[in-house]
Amino acid sequence: MEAVVFIFSLLDCCALIFLSVYFIITLSDLECDYINARSCCSKLNKWVAPELVGHTLVTVLMLISLHWFIFLLNLPVATWNIYRYIMVPSGNMGVFDPTEIHNRGQLKSHMKEAMIKLGFHLLCFFMYLYSMILALIND
Amino acid sequence: MNPSTPGLPVHHQLPEFTQTHVHQVGDAIQPSHPLSSPSPPAPNPSQHQGPAQNQMQVPSEYGLPPQNYIVPSGHYSQGPGKMTSLPLDSQSGDYYSGLYTVPTQNVATPNTASQQAGAQQMYGRAPPAPHAVGSTPGSFQGASSSASHLQTSASQPYSSFVNHYNSPATHSASSSVASQGFPSTCGHYALSTVSNAAYPSISYPSLPAGDPYGPQMFTSQNAPAVRPIRDNSFSGQNTAVSHPSPLPPPPSRQYHQQQSLSGYSTFSWSAPGLPSTQDNLIRNHTSLATASNPTNTVADSLSCSVMQNVQPKSSPVVSTVVSGASSTRMPPAANRPVEPVASVTQPSELLQQKGMQYGEYVNNQASSAPTPLSSTSDDEEEEEEDEEAGVDSSSTTSSASPMPNSYDALEGGSYPDVLSSSASSPAPDPAPDPVPAPAPAAPQPSKMPKPFGYGYPTLQPGYQNATAPLNSGGPSSSPVYSGFQQYAQQYPGMNQLSSSLGGLSLQSSSQPESLRPVNLTQERNILPMTPVWAPVPNLNLDLKKLNCSPDSFRCTLTNIPQTQALLNKAKLPLGLLLHPFRDLTQLPVITSNTIVRCRSCRTYINPFVSFIDQRRWKCNLCYRVNDVPEEFMYNPLTRSYGEPHKRPEVQNSTVEFIASSDYMLRPPQPAVYLFVLDVSHNAVEAGYLTVLCQSLLENLDKLPGDSRTRIGFMTFDSTIHFYNLQEGLSQPQMLIVSDIDDVFLPTPDSLLVNLYESKELIKDLLNALPNMFTNTRETHSALGPALQAAFKLMSPTGGRVSVFQTQLPSLGAGLLQSREDPNQRSSTKVVQHLGPATDFYKKLALDCSGQQTAVDLFLLSSQYSDLASLACMSKYSAGCIYYYPSFHYTHNPSQAEKLQKDLKRYLTRKIGFEAVMRIRCTKGLSMHTFHGNFFVRSTDLLSLANINPDAGFAVQLSIEESLTDTSLVCFQTALLYTSSKGERRIRVHTLCLPVGSSLADVYAGVDVQAAVCLLANMAVDRSISSSLSDARDALVNAVVDSLSAYGSTVSNLQHSGLIAPSSLKLFPLYVLALLKQKAFRTGTSTRLDDRVYAMCQIKCQPLVHLMKMIHPNLYRIDRLTDEGAIHVNDRVVPQPPLQKLSAEKLTREGAFLMDCGSIFYIWIGKSCDNNFIEDVLGYPDFASIPQKMTHLPELDTLSSERARSFITWLRDSRPLSPVLHVVKDESPAKTEFFQHLIEDRTEAALSYYEFLLHVQQQICK
Repeated sequence: MEAVVFIFSLLDCCALIFLSVYFIITLSDLECDYINARSCCSKLNKWVAPELVGHTLVTVLMLISLHWFIFLLNLPVATWNIYRYIMVPSGNMGVFDPTEIHNRGQLKSHMKEAMIKLGFHLLCFFMYLYSMILALIND
Repeated sequence: MNPSTPGLPVHHQLPEFTQTHVHQVGDAIQPSHPLSSPSPPAPNPSQHQGPAQNQMQVPSEYGLPPQNYIVPSGHYSQGPGKMTSLPLDSQSGDYYSGLYTVPTQNVATPNTASQQAGAQQMYGRAPPAPHAVGSTPGSFQGASSSASHLQTSASQPYSSFVNHYNSPATHSASSSVASQGFPSTCGHYALSTVSNAAYPSISYPSLPAGDPYGPQMFTSQNAPAVRPIRDNSFSGQNTAVSHPSPLPPPPSRQYHQQQSLSGYSTFSWSAPGLPSTQDNLIRNHTSLATASNPTNTVADSLSCSVMQNVQPKSSPVVSTVVSGASSTRMPPAANRPVEPVASVTQPSELLQQKGMQYGEYVNNQASSAPTPLSSTSDDEEEEEEDEEAGVDSSSTTSSASPMPNSYDALEGGSYPDVLSSSASSPAPDPAPDPVPAPAPAAPQPSKMPKPFGYGYPTLQPGYQNATAPLNSGGPSSSPVYSGFQQYAQQYPGMNQLSSSLGGLSLQSSSQPESLRPVNLTQERNILPMTPVWAPVPNLNLDLKKLNCSPDSFRCTLTNIPQTQALLNKAKLPLGLLLHPFRDLTQLPVITSNTIVRCRSCRTYINPFVSFIDQRRWKCNLCYRVNDVPEEFMYNPLTRSYGEPHKRPEVQNSTVEFIASSDYMLRPPQPAVYLFVLDVSHNAVEAGYLTVLCQSLLENLDKLPGDSRTRIGFMTFDSTIHFYNLQEGLSQPQMLIVSDIDDVFLPTPDSLLVNLYESKELIKDLLNALPNMFTNTRETHSALGPALQAAFKLMSPTGGRVSVFQTQLPSLGAGLLQSREDPNQRSSTKVVQHLGPATDFYKKLALDCSGQQTAVDLFLLSSQYSDLASLACMSKYSAGCIYYYPSFHYTHNPSQAEKLQKDLKRYLTRKIGFEAVMRIRCTKGLSMHTFHGNFFVRSTDLLSLANINPDAGFAVQLSIEESLTDTSLVCFQTALLYTSSKGERRIRVHTLCLPVGSSLADVYAGVDVQAAVCLLANMAVDRSISSSLSDARDALVNAVVDSLSAYGSTVSNLQHSGLIAPSSLKLFPLYVLALLKQKAFRTGTSTRLDDRVYAMCQIKCQPLVHLMKMIHPNLYRIDRLTDEGAIHVNDRVVPQPPLQKLSAEKLTREGAFLMDCGSIFYIWIGKSCDNNFIEDVLGYPDFASIPQKMTHLPELDTLSSERARSFITWLRDSRPLSPVLHVVKDESPAKTEFFQHLIEDRTEAALSYYEFLLHVQQQICK
């Protein structure tokens, strides 16, 4: 059972890693002016919710399977994701708003955030991998 | 009609219209009327006109205004051969004058140009007497080149201008002489000299520079080269001030001159009342004559001789000027009476000095390019153009394109400096001739290379220059100047003056005036009596002259801090305030096959680049070395080769290029206007349709555009009505689409029609519209679907959509709910709902922006309409927002009148389509936040579907890399747009600023108005993204932080009071004014829409107008006198001093005028003099003045005339007509008036003194 949990987490984590890389690539495209803000934001906004769901799922899974350490590790990131999603002002077009992304260094902070998440997911990836192998061996 | 039977079109015959309801069935549209059949879109020929047509029309566009401009005739005179051709009757002017106006100016010597600038300031409003243009040409024909100069000057109506003549004349003379004398051998040299003469002309006549730059000249002490000049100027000024007629030219000369003038006596008419003018003219002649004598001598000698001649003459001129000048100043410059004079005198001095300067230091451009050539080149260019009928695209044409708008006059009046930079620029020319006397021998050729070699970095920063010793000590009073050295002697005079110029010069003393500590709590009258001018960047003189006008381009810190750390220490905002599409009366327009730009950063070549040698130039933003293209080597103005630094691009910091097809993604679009009108019950009740249709009818012919111009109308209530105006219909046909959930266009091709082909139908429609819906019962408003339809209609072409809305949208997409809780209006805690409620309008705006469509919103509503949400449609599509609270055409006539006047401006002002604006800055700086109405498409690219002359922008900057290895930084905005004539143009402004290395430098260079405007923009962002109280705290903290940083670092005085540098002394006052502004105030009942509208205005108004909104001007008007009055258009405009905004200044015996930007209040005291009430208001006594009074009667009394001319003058200075309210002391309306007295305490806010104490307390904490 434990192995199944970690296999799922691993896959989910892979997806999140890809998503982070996608975010970074798209944002740097915007930075370099390869795409315009509007299409960049609509691309990214599409994936904000899936990312949120994917990550929350793992977090909840860890809570249910009583892996406290991993759960606590994931909790801040999951909270941040949800907070960010909820706090979008009513007039904005999503977490990434084309009219504001170039203002007040938002682009940079989005970039930084995506980088941090990438690092975090990589860390998680290896933890899940390790735990999965451990679980498989234990079985 | 009945939605339940879709697919069955219903025809209604209205008296005026064929009304058709169309319902969509699947995709099929059922044409209700044969004419409306959508199917085969017969291409409208008019729509497809090729760009070629547009081109043809272009000249006319620019040609039209020329009549206003004096100059045109001038240029012809220069070319000896040309003289005959002078076609300048105003008619030919259409074509030629448009193109050539500028050149003419070029012809005029620099002096003239600068002086003109000054003149314009003074008389700004008055378009140069049109008749002058026509008549002058004739007189010129026989005239020599010098005559041409005279002419230009002569054209100016006012005698005060005369001053310029002296110096220019001499220069021109010298130049011409030089060229003639040494054509073969000294060709180069001669050219340069000539250019000097010409160059001034390049400087655009309109130069507003006079005001702002005038002070600079004096302050310029920094630049060593400048000093000699200053001496002159100062001496001149002093003499002028003290002795009006100190230096009368030797009688013999005058006599001589007069004789020479005889031919030109005609000129005198131009300055009708001014005998002095004639004198000046005469003088010019004499000077010319004198100059010509030495002609044969070597250039050096020429310069010397010229200088001598000039000086004596100039000084007398100055004196005359002074008397007029001080008074003429737009805003009375009581503080700096000297300034006007300075500006006037400058040109001549500059010329002379230039020679001096060259020896001493190297300028980028100016130095390297002796500048003289330009004039010649211009002339030649003109010639060429004449020959080629101006069509030659390859040749560079610098033409002054007069403002097409009717607001030209305004510009003159309100914006004294049209192109300060350009005006100032002329000076460089002189440099070549006057090889400094001290090092007389140095032949030019040798010097030339030197300047080139010096790169940007080597330029001496203003500061270094400043340190240069102030040597000459002798009082400069001697009228006669034998040589340069005498100039130097006059220096002391300069110092005195500079000290009086407060804040203008940094270097005059060890502690610059702008750093003088001011104890705010002790200074009772902090507000100066005269308007506050933009500080002048501390650059050397040449760069100052070349620099961009502060009206177009301003930076909050005129000394850019070297590092971010230094900026952080100073606690001041760093940013730019832009007004890029401002109405300019003169603008060099350049047509060239290749537009020279840096290959790596794409910067346009500008006056601040450095030429490494004749073949290469170094970009001043990224420091890349670029090749000078072959075409650029050739200067079509002079027909000379190898002088790229004399091209107009490099001589003007504000230029406009005609762009080639490389700058188009598609053929230039035609002007397309769509009006989307709310016709629900509410709207009909308010009656705005009458006003709108009337204005449209009146201005239909003045809509900017060419023969392709298209126009369309839509109305909406709960359904959407289209109007088929296809040519050939007997009457307009109304098509009703009631399916608002899925809007479609019933006949896509006949809804936007050619204005000229369907004019009759359009007029029919406009006449019928106001009465069509009088009986409507429909209260709903389907704004969202109407906008979607408008977007569909506009998306193939782009253009402008004007939306008139009178209530909350209540149907279909984008419907809004009322969010305002009236009980919270005066809450001191939280103000909610400042942001949009839905992203519908934002999305729509972005869609529109993508299709080059701008949406302008006119909100005329008496109830809450959620402007915060609606404004998004304009904010992100680069539109503009107008708000008329409680508009009613009969109950609120002042609003109706305001709407009517605003509409006139709105409909007729210049417009640019499919525009983008890119802002570049020197490597090391970066932009991080933009303010204004636009969509930021990429990091430095603003997408502007439309650009209008009333739009302002702000940019926040940060310093990413240390600027220690450079002494200057530059900013460049390039606005690429399609003119209403279908021409692709690029308007480029370049601003150059010095870098400051110490905190003292930074504080010395603060532009407090710009800083406050930038802070206001930031505060708006903060209050929307965070909360209003955050924004207010941030504003207060800005004051606290900056003053405490100053107190702890720069000022070493230990005072108990609140110490601020002189440059920041108004900072607390302005911030307090902001806190009491509608946008940010708390505790006073403020409707949400009013608040949001104030925020929108802060975001998109240019600085000049915004400052009036933040801090109104108060004048006492019951005792207007002619003292210090200025003359505008033959009218005398009194210039009362500014009063501080406090009730202590109001006396019951007086009457006061408050200018709040969009509103004027006239407050009448209870015991106001009955004479005044009778003479000005037309009522016998105070009691009989009605409560609502919005006009001053035209009475034939002196005081009435004065009051009216003053108010008209104020009114003309702004694009949107303000409403006038006469407020009686005891009327209920007076609370509104008293709200604006921001130095006073209100129940909800601190008084100015309390605020200071609060700040002090915070600092001490």
